[in-house]
Amino acid sequence: MNGLIGAVLFLILAPVAGGLIAGIDRKITARMQGRVGPPLLQPFYDVGKLFEKENVVVTTAQNFYVLAYLIFIALSGALFFAGGDLLLIVFAFTLAHVFLVLGAYAVHSPYSHIGAERELIQLMAYEPMVILAAVGLYMVTNSFYVADMVATTVPVILYLPGVFLGFVTILTIKLRKSPFDISTSHHAHQEIVKGITTEFSGSTLGQVEIAHWYENVFLLGFLYLFFSWNPVIGIIAVAITYAAEIFVDNVTARARWQAALKSGWLAAGVLGLVNLAILSYMMTGGV
Amino acid sequence: MQTLLFLILFPILVACLLLFVKQTTLRYAVVALSALSIGGASIYLLIRYAFGGAVYFAASSEVASLAMVAIEMGLALFIIYMGAKFRNYLAIALAVVQAALVVYLEISFPENLHAVNNLFIDQFSIIMALIVGIIGSLIAVYAVRYMETYHHHHPEVRDRQKMFFFVTFAFLAAMFGLVFSNNLMWLFFFWEITTISSFLLIGYSETEEATKNAFRALVMNLLGGVAFVVALIFLAATEPTSGGIELSRVLASPDAAVILIPAVLIGFAGITKAALMPFSSWLLGAMVAPTPVSALLHSSTMVKAGVYILVRFSPVFAGTFAGFSIGLVGAVTFVVASAIAISQSNAKSVLAYSTIANLGLIAACAGVGTYMLVWAAILLIVFHAVAKSLLFLGTGAIEHRLGSRDIEDMEGLIVRMPKMAVMMFIGIAGMFLAPFGMLISKWAAIEAFVQVPFGLVFIAILAYGSAVTVFFWAKWMGKLVAVTRQAERVEKGFLEEPWAPLYIITGLVIAAVLLFPVISSTLIEPYVLAIYGATALLSQANVAIMLLMMALLLILPISFLLFRRSAKHLPVYMGGRPSTPDLHFAGSLGLTREVQTQNYYLTEYFGEARLFRPGAAVCIILILASWVLAGVAL
Repeated sequence: MNGLIGAVLFLILAPVAGGLIAGIDRKITARMQGRVGPPLLQPFYDVGKLFEKENVVVTTAQNFYVLAYLIFIALSGALFFAGGDLLLIVFAFTLAHVFLVLGAYAVHSPYSHIGAERELIQLMAYEPMVILAAVGLYMVTNSFYVADMVATTVPVILYLPGVFLGFVTILTIKLRKSPFDISTSHHAHQEIVKGITTEFSGSTLGQVEIAHWYENVFLLGFLYLFFSWNPVIGIIAVAITYAAEIFVDNVTARARWQAALKSGWLAAGVLGLVNLAILSYMMTGGV
Repeated sequence: MQTLLFLILFPILVACLLLFVKQTTLRYAVVALSALSIGGASIYLLIRYAFGGAVYFAASSEVASLAMVAIEMGLALFIIYMGAKFRNYLAIALAVVQAALVVYLEISFPENLHAVNNLFIDQFSIIMALIVGIIGSLIAVYAVRYMETYHHHHPEVRDRQKMFFFVTFAFLAAMFGLVFSNNLMWLFFFWEITTISSFLLIGYSETEEATKNAFRALVMNLLGGVAFVVALIFLAATEPTSGGIELSRVLASPDAAVILIPAVLIGFAGITKAALMPFSSWLLGAMVAPTPVSALLHSSTMVKAGVYILVRFSPVFAGTFAGFSIGLVGAVTFVVASAIAISQSNAKSVLAYSTIANLGLIAACAGVGTYMLVWAAILLIVFHAVAKSLLFLGTGAIEHRLGSRDIEDMEGLIVRMPKMAVMMFIGIAGMFLAPFGMLISKWAAIEAFVQVPFGLVFIAILAYGSAVTVFFWAKWMGKLVAVTRQAERVEKGFLEEPWAPLYIITGLVIAAVLLFPVISSTLIEPYVLAIYGATALLSQANVAIMLLMMALLLILPISFLLFRRSAKHLPVYMGGRPSTPDLHFAGSLGLTREVQTQNYYLTEYFGEARLFRPGAAVCIILILASWVLAGVAL
């Protein structure tokens, strides 16, 4: 029952929270760049306006893929906040992204084609670390269920510092932040054309934005799992991490896809795996 | 027992009959009817035996055993003849060694070569029989029209269709024999038949390349065959403790150290047949054969025999270092083959590398061999067989229509061959996306490896492997769904009959997801429970969630209705230049230029040249390690 409430609350509140986070993000970013920045609620105005635009498409199929993307992002987030199986959630999340990529392929346009290829490279870059993070959380809490991970009284972060750092690295990819915003970026200065979302406009683009809000709330929830033994510390830690991501976003330039792939895989291989190997050695007294 | 015998003997009968059928229509009728009977019989087998434990049948027959040895010798002579004809002396040498070892076995241990029960059936055999009986015979049906078109397209190839269908059905018979045999001598006999059958089918077109690749397959599988006979000799020599040549007694043997050696040798035979590294090249070479042959080899026969035997012996491997080593061979194969698949643009070689990768994953599960992993391995076998057969048959049909099997040429298939594209889409989704089958198994494998000592190695390999898997499948899918304007629709005119098997298998891919809780609870769980006394199962909640996802996926296409009326269509963005829907834009000087899109293959990072050798070297070391470790354990 708790699970159902969690899921419903996520579905209703996550877009609000996600939009506010985006607003704060833009404000802080602006201040870092010496600008005043837009009003806090600007993301909502933007998306609201998108839904009033004329419905223009390259091919009708794109609407289908983007809708599927939104639905499955929302579904994986809902499963997460319902306390479901973390691995299943990760796989549902991948399914959602494949739909976005297919939408970009479907329009058969040079710019979104490159965006789609790059999005897939990003997917390939972050996937190992996400799986290792789920496994690490299992090793500490003895359960793949988010509900059990949240209920733990163990300070997970102390067992998984490497996994946490690795996860933060790939979080940059997931939040579409520089230097790894290679498939599409929030910043106009990063690219001439909008990469994977080039051909999406109007309400379809609005759906992509909303999906991104859902996604960000889900990712911050994932981050929270490392600190869930103490909610106050947890929320502070998540806020600091996000602020750090904004900082990194503003002080780095976009890297090449090779760098993104290598960083993601090295994060998993060095930070994640070494941490897990030491952990399993400690826990079983012999790996 | 009659059903078992029927399934082994009836295909042979059909095979002989097909030797005399020349006309395609008649052949189609014969093949379709026999496919119906074989499929029906395997379903009857399911109903009859699924709800009990393993059943053993004496089926004692000195004559049968003698006949098998005689046929084995005949086949050895045949290999020697072919080897001499094409100057492949390695094949001759291996055939001679193998025949000599068989003779030695027969002469030295005549009293130890009797099994009380020659045949048996349990839930795992039923699963295999269903795969062979349904998928295998559907491929045979598809092959009839395909081969007709094939000869139409390749007038230079000698028409040997009678031989082709003879071998195909003999192949199916051998597969049934293989999964029903409790007598390891019988199992070995059928094992060798599959080797020869694949040799004949791969070399069908008689080109230089085909002959070369056929011999490569032959040599590698004979190598495994030699290891198999050595294992048999070892078992016969240690009959009192090991249980001799009776599979059920061997698996129940209390002396784990003694049976580990033959298990590792038979496991090696499994590795060669399942085309794990370093033996993967024979399966890649096999794609010179007509597409139904590839479908057969990859999905329901041949390589599945390899993993079948590995999974059978996985209780012996469980908890041993030798087994762990075999598991690592599979895991390394999984990640390396998946990575190489990224660099391939030929559809068939992407499929081949993906098969190799998945067989590796099955071997990884079987080698480590805990009950959860065996459960995952069997699930992988089922889902892989269904999805992979669909993809191969689909690729064959596309190749006939488009004249290419390059993934780049499949761009816009959704416009050119919509039905075909949807089926390929479902097949590919079946290979890597939630909630489809392969993903369920991968997920189960991760959850199982967490609980194994040193399992972290496997988890890491799985994490990277599944990441690259997503990449190469998704970009192929992307090519299929690209909506190319003004492309001609070429679906019509393709012969009607081959569609039926395609539709049925597409249905099976979806049905396998919807029915998988039932498949698991009636077949896989009882089998695992009977062997380990414990079984894996997914929690009800997760099953419900996956069914929900599946339902969503089935409902979502309805949303197309919502979009139909609304939108205004515009050409794509081309840097602000005037452009047309078919990717032309107004260049400078009044010229119209065309844009083309191509997928990334990242050859520099994931190319065959870069990855194959290191992967193969690691696997060779691991295989040798498994032998040493088994020897040390004794």
